[in-house]
Amino acid sequence: MTVANITVSETPLVLYTLRRADDALILGHRLSEWCGHAPMLEEDMALANMGLDLLGQARELYAYAAKVEGRGNDEDKFAYLRDVRQYRNLLLLEQPNGDFARTMVRQFFYATFADLYWRAMMRSSDATLAAIAAKSEKESAYHVRHSSEWIVRLGDGTEESHRRVQSAIDELWAFTGEMFSVDDSERGLIDAGIGIDPAPLRSQWLKTITGVVGEATLALPKNDWMQQGGRSGRHSEHLGHLLSELQSMPRTFPGATW
Amino acid sequence: MVTAVLSDSDLRRRAWEAASQVVDPEIPVLTIADLGVLRDVQIHDGRVEVAITPTYSGCPAMNMIALEIELALERAGIGRPTVRTVLSPAWTTDWMSEDGRNKLREYGIAPPQASNSRRALFGEQHVACPQCGSQNTELLSEFGSTSCKALWRCKSCREPFDYFKCH
Repeated sequence: MTVANITVSETPLVLYTLRRADDALILGHRLSEWCGHAPMLEEDMALANMGLDLLGQARELYAYAAKVEGRGNDEDKFAYLRDVRQYRNLLLLEQPNGDFARTMVRQFFYATFADLYWRAMMRSSDATLAAIAAKSEKESAYHVRHSSEWIVRLGDGTEESHRRVQSAIDELWAFTGEMFSVDDSERGLIDAGIGIDPAPLRSQWLKTITGVVGEATLALPKNDWMQQGGRSGRHSEHLGHLLSELQSMPRTFPGATW
Repeated sequence: MVTAVLSDSDLRRRAWEAASQVVDPEIPVLTIADLGVLRDVQIHDGRVEVAITPTYSGCPAMNMIALEIELALERAGIGRPTVRTVLSPAWTTDWMSEDGRNKLREYGIAPPQASNSRRALFGEQHVACPQCGSQNTELLSEFGSTSCKALWRCKSCREPFDYFKCH
């Protein structure tokens, strides 16, 4: 890597916005990895479409973070010129696609959260975040429906599809706690009505998850130990590999345009 | 410049007329006015500012639409406008004109069902085939050739068709 990383002045609002932008970009990139590889054409289009929704959300959020920060960074610099430790996304979203079941479980866990989160964020006192929330909420509703239908179809499908989706649930479960956690930098924004407290969303999230998982004849793990770190830049080894592909062009040919 | 002799309200009207002729690059029978993507035209100190809103966050047609608006206004002798993207209020298919819905159907795309409520989104959908009008249709894929469309099939005439999703 020959191009220097940018420095980011992570005031609470910049950090808050970057965290959500990184969530959308990283999951959107993961979904784009399916392009041309999905089990059927309709799913290829569905995954690319959802990836595009997320990329659009990421762009709006990065643009806003750049405006709030006001130090000459922009959406491209945030995406291309930060290294692993500067990324603030949830660990769940950087986990590899694995098989189709694993991708769907990751999508289902996150979209169900994102749907509740963005709906609550529509009441943010920050007009830009509220506007992005209103847009994202409609899109995430489709993502929830799509992924939950697949969880049921796979869980209540063949012995093999059941086994695969159950194993994905077991492996990804420990990454779901991070979605509902709050640190000091977010607490002030929540008190000011700019951010929302995600903790109370967990009961509704769990209700939806439990309902779909039950219908799919699957089970949630009993283990409640949760892994955290993404929000403060402590990532799994997978994110570095993802970024090396995501950033290879602008790192190799700085400032290239077409 | 022509603009010098026009009042702000005349300039605004002419700019709106020119911008409203721009068509969606993915659905060329619909103008951005039919779609509700064209939100506002304002005049600030003789400069034209056009506000548009994306249908979906990641809609790749937005850059092209902005460029087409600039060209349309230049061709109309109004000069290059500023094109601004607004997110709030969020676009909804409820803004699509009746005329727009009819044009979509004639083009072979089933228009969105009237309501964008969450009940409509998660409840039963009955989408009529734009080719033969039959209600006997089935969903093939929630996600179609563009962000705003789903793929359906008519069980009567057997034709697959695009459905403009309610949103």
